[in-house]
Amino acid sequence: MLQIEIDGKAVEVEHGSTIIEAADKLGIPIPRFCYHKKLSVAANCRMCLVQVEKFAKPLPACATPVSDGMKIFTRSEAAVDAQKSVMEFLLINHPLDCPICDQGGECELQDIAVGYGASKTRYTEEKRVVLNKNIGPLVATDMTRCIQCTRCVRFLKEVGGMMELGLINRGEHAEITAYVDKSVDSELSGNIIDLCPVGALTSKPFRYTARPWELARRPTISAHDALGSQLEMHVKNNRVLRTIPREKESINECWISDRDRFAYEGLNSDERLTVPMIRRGDQWVETDWQSALEFASSRIKDAVAREGGNALGVLVSPNSTMEEGFLAKKIARELGCGNVDHRLRRSDFRLDGHFQGTPWMGCNIPDVQDMDRVLIIGSNLRNEHPLLTHRLRQAVRLNAAEISVVNALEDDPLMRVAFKNTCSPDDTINFLLQLLKAMSGLQRLSLCLPPTLNGLLEDVVVSNNAQAMAESLAGHGKDYDLVNPRSAVFLGNMAQQHPRYSEMYSLAEAISALCGATFGVLSEAANRVGLDLARVLPSSGALNARTMLEQPRSAYLLVNVEPEVDCHNAQLVNQALAAAGCVVAMTAYKSSALREADVLLPVTPYTESSGTFMSMEGRVQSFTAVAKPLGEARPGWKVLRVLGNLLGLSGFEYDSSEQVKNEIFGGEKPSRVVWNRLNNNLRELTEVNAKVRTESLQRVGEVPLYESDAIVRRAPSLQKMAAKKPVVAAMNAKLLAQLGLQDGELVKVSQGNGSVRLAAKCDDRVADYCVRVPICAQTAALGDLYGEIQVERAA
Amino acid sequence: MLKDHLKTWLLWELFAGLRLTGKALFKRKVTVQYPEEKTPLSPRFRGLHALRRYPSGEERCIACKLCEAVCPAMCITIDSDERPDGTRRTTRYDIDLFKCIYCGFCEESCPVDAIVMTRHFEFHMEERSQAVIGKQRLLMNGDRLELQIADDRAQDAPYR
Repeated sequence: MLQIEIDGKAVEVEHGSTIIEAADKLGIPIPRFCYHKKLSVAANCRMCLVQVEKFAKPLPACATPVSDGMKIFTRSEAAVDAQKSVMEFLLINHPLDCPICDQGGECELQDIAVGYGASKTRYTEEKRVVLNKNIGPLVATDMTRCIQCTRCVRFLKEVGGMMELGLINRGEHAEITAYVDKSVDSELSGNIIDLCPVGALTSKPFRYTARPWELARRPTISAHDALGSQLEMHVKNNRVLRTIPREKESINECWISDRDRFAYEGLNSDERLTVPMIRRGDQWVETDWQSALEFASSRIKDAVAREGGNALGVLVSPNSTMEEGFLAKKIARELGCGNVDHRLRRSDFRLDGHFQGTPWMGCNIPDVQDMDRVLIIGSNLRNEHPLLTHRLRQAVRLNAAEISVVNALEDDPLMRVAFKNTCSPDDTINFLLQLLKAMSGLQRLSLCLPPTLNGLLEDVVVSNNAQAMAESLAGHGKDYDLVNPRSAVFLGNMAQQHPRYSEMYSLAEAISALCGATFGVLSEAANRVGLDLARVLPSSGALNARTMLEQPRSAYLLVNVEPEVDCHNAQLVNQALAAAGCVVAMTAYKSSALREADVLLPVTPYTESSGTFMSMEGRVQSFTAVAKPLGEARPGWKVLRVLGNLLGLSGFEYDSSEQVKNEIFGGEKPSRVVWNRLNNNLRELTEVNAKVRTESLQRVGEVPLYESDAIVRRAPSLQKMAAKKPVVAAMNAKLLAQLGLQDGELVKVSQGNGSVRLAAKCDDRVADYCVRVPICAQTAALGDLYGEIQVERAA
Repeated sequence: MLKDHLKTWLLWELFAGLRLTGKALFKRKVTVQYPEEKTPLSPRFRGLHALRRYPSGEERCIACKLCEAVCPAMCITIDSDERPDGTRRTTRYDIDLFKCIYCGFCEESCPVDAIVMTRHFEFHMEERSQAVIGKQRLLMNGDRLELQIADDRAQDAPYR
């Protein structure tokens, strides 16, 4: 520790810290533009100049490491003089357009100019003008306002992983620009809006709509991925007008993904359902809550009275709150129905009943950053977990971690991947077997495999890649070796959605157990883990999300589900719903996907309701509404509570979502319940089928970044980003040649009895025998996300 | 004591008052025969609000919302958005004339001299709802009174 003194206050700081860090620790304000605690030091704005004893010239506080006995003055004459001069230089070319600038009122330049600048300008010459750049539908630019602090450049390079912006030219001609004709496509790009200390980069959807002082700031939690990022929603006239991150070091640091930032636009969509609707013949009729709920409850009652509880199927979206899920499950259980599930995009349920607890991430989010070796199986990282990918990127960048990836798609995670194996999902299992065998053969790991697995591994031939990957995981690295590495094995969404997930899970668990790695599941949706913990799952022997559709029920209750885009098999779910006598849909949106419903009950999105989400690391976060419900829409838990009353069930006398939460956790502290219940271990290894590779074509039905949930699908700006990548049937050159197709040709892609026409695209990032056809409204006629698929030239 | 009684009985104060009345009776009269006659107004008079335009016909207001922020009576309501040509404009500019206390802060705060208070003070309304005047009315006021407004600003300019 070093003893220093700032403005007469003594402080002890660590070796290697800078003056600005010490001052921040003491709470002494030093003005800064280019310095940001999460980014590298550039020291190019010179705003943080301070006077240091025994130095003739002022020094930049952000780039000057402290030394013992240093005496620093931030408000001495020399320091103030330096700050004033720098401020004057910065303002020379800065336009005086604060009245039309969206940053006005929350502008660092404005604030610091008031605090440290002069009250008059001495500059009479012409100011420079820089042309604006169109860098995409999310970020608006006004480059004349730029003061070249390069925070955005450093952010995109260091956090975003790709240098999409850069500073070109020198002196007065210096300007920030994207590559020629390129936009900024990073899935974290919205953060440069927060970072920009001036109004050069502002939010395009928010542009000119409100001033910061008009907005009510209300805290909430992100509902678009399993990270549970803490958000602050800015509301004016009961409309959410923008979203910014709340700083939470252990979850989202000070960043959020674009999906979290711009999804709010979907909340104000015209497609919002604001009154209950009942279908009469082919017509939708608007009605009041009383009749809609009575209609729904009588139809459910009839079905249950006719065929027993098993007639009902309850599908809950994994983005629903714990309260909604729990009440839906409670209704089902009280009606004698065990058919409840929230794992809509899953197709393999063989592990049900084998889990010792609720599967989760296996470690905490910041731990990912400290890993030395990580194996990721079946995950399109940047789509599924934008911010977790950033943590991994930091592990690679700062910790020299080695990342191994096994997936059917070789999408660039924008970090150095040490080992990768791109193979079809079926082959993944073969590869994991190789990996397991290689691992068990390593001398330094003396663990024995159970005999069942040993027999399985007999005929497996270990490839060089698998050997290298196994050695890397065990600590023998490409660059340097670690005897006891912190390592992790994670299963991604694509693995979880695959029909052979249980085998992947068992193998991944065995691999992690062998090398002592953390084992975790990077779950999809906001509340997968929470709903699992609330046991929104089929009771033993009852039907799960897949069998509920394969054996159609006569009544369905859908909670926040858009069937054809939220389920693993659009064909199957459409057939099942069409055949059902009664479909009660609780939804926030009018959706063509709900055409088979009989009654639509308008529930609010999570922003207009209180509730609880549990992130994949098991953090239980409750939130309250940030806005009033739109129109007649009501929070889902209230609707389910009244539905329970109307169905004549007991135990539905809740007055607040808090009471429901208490019941879920049995009156105990949530963290204690969570601590008891999170467990990734299986009771026993499930059977693994080392099936030889199939020669049929496999669909890789990834969920695109901006198709993840109903709100995101209705956010216009995000959809503009998505539209940059049209929906195509992508396959590698080898397969394209084998099928005799040309790149860009129109092909007929079919599964079961449904088909769609798409352009074929040559994409060598797709594994052999795989066709990448994402799930979205356009491909809703297709079937299983990871099923067999036929591709032929369109007639 | 005696003096007080004397004054009371001789109606001294009555005559003192009548003396003043008598003086005023022959003075030059100051009563203005409103509405036929009007008092002179200062160029700084704060009457009915108006929104001004540039000589090109383009509205001045850029929706910076400073007037809304500074208004102590909170009588201004502004909604803004991007106009198709990319400029920042109001989509709504309402002033509640009943709430307004005619302090003139809005005019002081305006960076583009868009919102002004005119010399026009003789306005009325027949329904309460008409007390909230919108952007069209304000612009109309501006168009109608622009010559006077411009002249008043010019007169006051040396003191700003």
